Amino acid sequence: MSRRAVRKLTNFAALALSGVATAIGLFFLGAILWTLVSNGLAGMSLKLFSAMTPPPGASGGLLNAIYGSVAMTVIGILIGGPVGMLAGTFLAEYGRATRLSTVIRFVNDVLLSAPSIIIGLFVYQLLVVRMGHFSAIAGAVALAIIAIPVTVRTTEDMLNLVPQGMKDASTAMGAYPWRTITSVIYPAARSGMVTGLLLAIARISGETAPLLFTALNNQFWSSDLAAPMANLPVVIFQFALSPYPNWQQLAWSGALLITLSILVLSISARFVVSSLNSGGRP
Amino acid sequence: MSTVAAIDPRHAAGQRLRERAFRTATFVAAVTVLLLLGGVAVSLLIGAWPAFTHFGLAFLTREIWNPVTDQYGALAPIYGTLVTSLLALLLAVPVSFGIAIFLTELAPVWLKRPVGVAIELLAAVPSIIYGIWGLFVLAPVLQRHVQPWLIDYIGPLPFVGRLFQGPPFGIGVLTAGFVLAIMVIPFIAAVMRDVFETVPDVLKESGYGLGATTWEVIWQVVVPYARSGIIGGIMLGLGRALGETMAVTFVIGNAHRIGSSLLAPGTTISASIANEFAEAVGDLYTSSLIALGALLFLITFSVIAAARLMLLRLSRKTLSPV
Repeated sequence: MSRRAVRKLTNFAALALSGVATAIGLFFLGAILWTLVSNGLAGMSLKLFSAMTPPPGASGGLLNAIYGSVAMTVIGILIGGPVGMLAGTFLAEYGRATRLSTVIRFVNDVLLSAPSIIIGLFVYQLLVVRMGHFSAIAGAVALAIIAIPVTVRTTEDMLNLVPQGMKDASTAMGAYPWRTITSVIYPAARSGMVTGLLLAIARISGETAPLLFTALNNQFWSSDLAAPMANLPVVIFQFALSPYPNWQQLAWSGALLITLSILVLSISARFVVSSLNSGGRP
Repeated sequence: MSTVAAIDPRHAAGQRLRERAFRTATFVAAVTVLLLLGGVAVSLLIGAWPAFTHFGLAFLTREIWNPVTDQYGALAPIYGTLVTSLLALLLAVPVSFGIAIFLTELAPVWLKRPVGVAIELLAAVPSIIYGIWGLFVLAPVLQRHVQPWLIDYIGPLPFVGRLFQGPPFGIGVLTAGFVLAIMVIPFIAAVMRDVFETVPDVLKESGYGLGATTWEVIWQVVVPYARSGIIGGIMLGLGRALGETMAVTFVIGNAHRIGSSLLAPGTTISASIANEFAEAVGDLYTSSLIALGALLFLITFSVIAAARLMLLRLSRKTLSPV
């Protein structure tokens, strides 16, 4: 074979393999979604949203787990969101080029990829040991700690997209930085910051490991933040590994529910971003 | 006068006060991020102290894990963590590289975004979903179709064969590595894609101008230019794999021993913690599990820090926030 033919063949093979690699990635996404739909759809009924988690063998739903997951995610984002946004504001505006900001950025990036089970251990030591028992609030704090680095990163990135001219114009009018930030920069970066929050919610609503020994689980309805609270991920974990068919069915339905909500959140977050990109971005 | 607000001293003082309050709030929030990492490190160290002082360095080198006699060693979980993660990288890196090439150099414009988003969605799927999928779908497939083949054909070979002997359990180290690979593919692929996109078009066009094929441009222009970013992306994936908990807990079998075969059940640091922590009784038991957590923190922290330092050299803006 001529050298030219060999080169063309190598090229073809390499590019074909990259296509195969992409197909492999897409195949696994499809396989996972298909498994969830085909196993989870059977258990989708009104009862899923209206009944409590049952004992083995009896019929029931996931109401207490859904409530617990929503409650802890909401509290988590109410704590983590503002902290992350303020910290992101510091990095993008007040402390943009300081050495402290460089360190914080680096630490934040490390936290962003830190194993979530370690955050669970931290909150266990911090709250559960002190309070003497597992509690929903400990779970929410663990989720907040996971939401913070995500929010910091997206807030900083989005604030950096706001044109310098807008900030200068506001400063030239005699506005203090806080006024510029809250009245000019935040509105301009609003959709991006909303995206960041959506991504943070998507991230924490599926987290299991940090809840295992903070919020634990609860067989019954509980809205007491100081007590253990049921939540979808831990219920899925417990029920999927159980030998009881009705528990396994609930685990599949819960898994489908949680994955669909997260995918919807992630996709809508991307829509917000693309509407931002087609809008006023320079 | 219309400028009365601006020169009203009370108004100016109020503005200054709010400025100081807002500035302090952002500063406190930013420092909170630092304190979080510090707090995690300190609390793990405090929790792990009884185990470290009781067992000393032997904690790292002993395989035993016996809650009945209160004897604990971290060797089996450490071994499992490293082996599953390396296995995951071995499988995931070539696939991620291919996806990144497809997305940056090959895909037509109309296909780029949907495929890119689909791969990113793979990253958004919670790890517990990978866990139950791995246990109920992947493990039986591997047990019936892949593992018997490995045992029959690779098992008898010298050296490598030892890794593929024993009965096909379905769950075990190999399956855990496989699931981890699927989980880290989107992370590595996303970083590689972003890094490839930073390569200036002029460089690639010079390659094409000299008559290079697409593959030659990728291998001899894009890859060398993006080398530190590629390594950073791989290490980021490694950091993910090392700390991943739920997916592994479902499929690894949770046996505190080191088997020579990849088909045998094992355990990882995070799987041990997830399985045993809530039910651990006795201070030494709890402390030993926290000590495992401290080791995991140390390992992942070094890997992630190294990865971030490599990626820091590239412009921050061009990298996706995941």
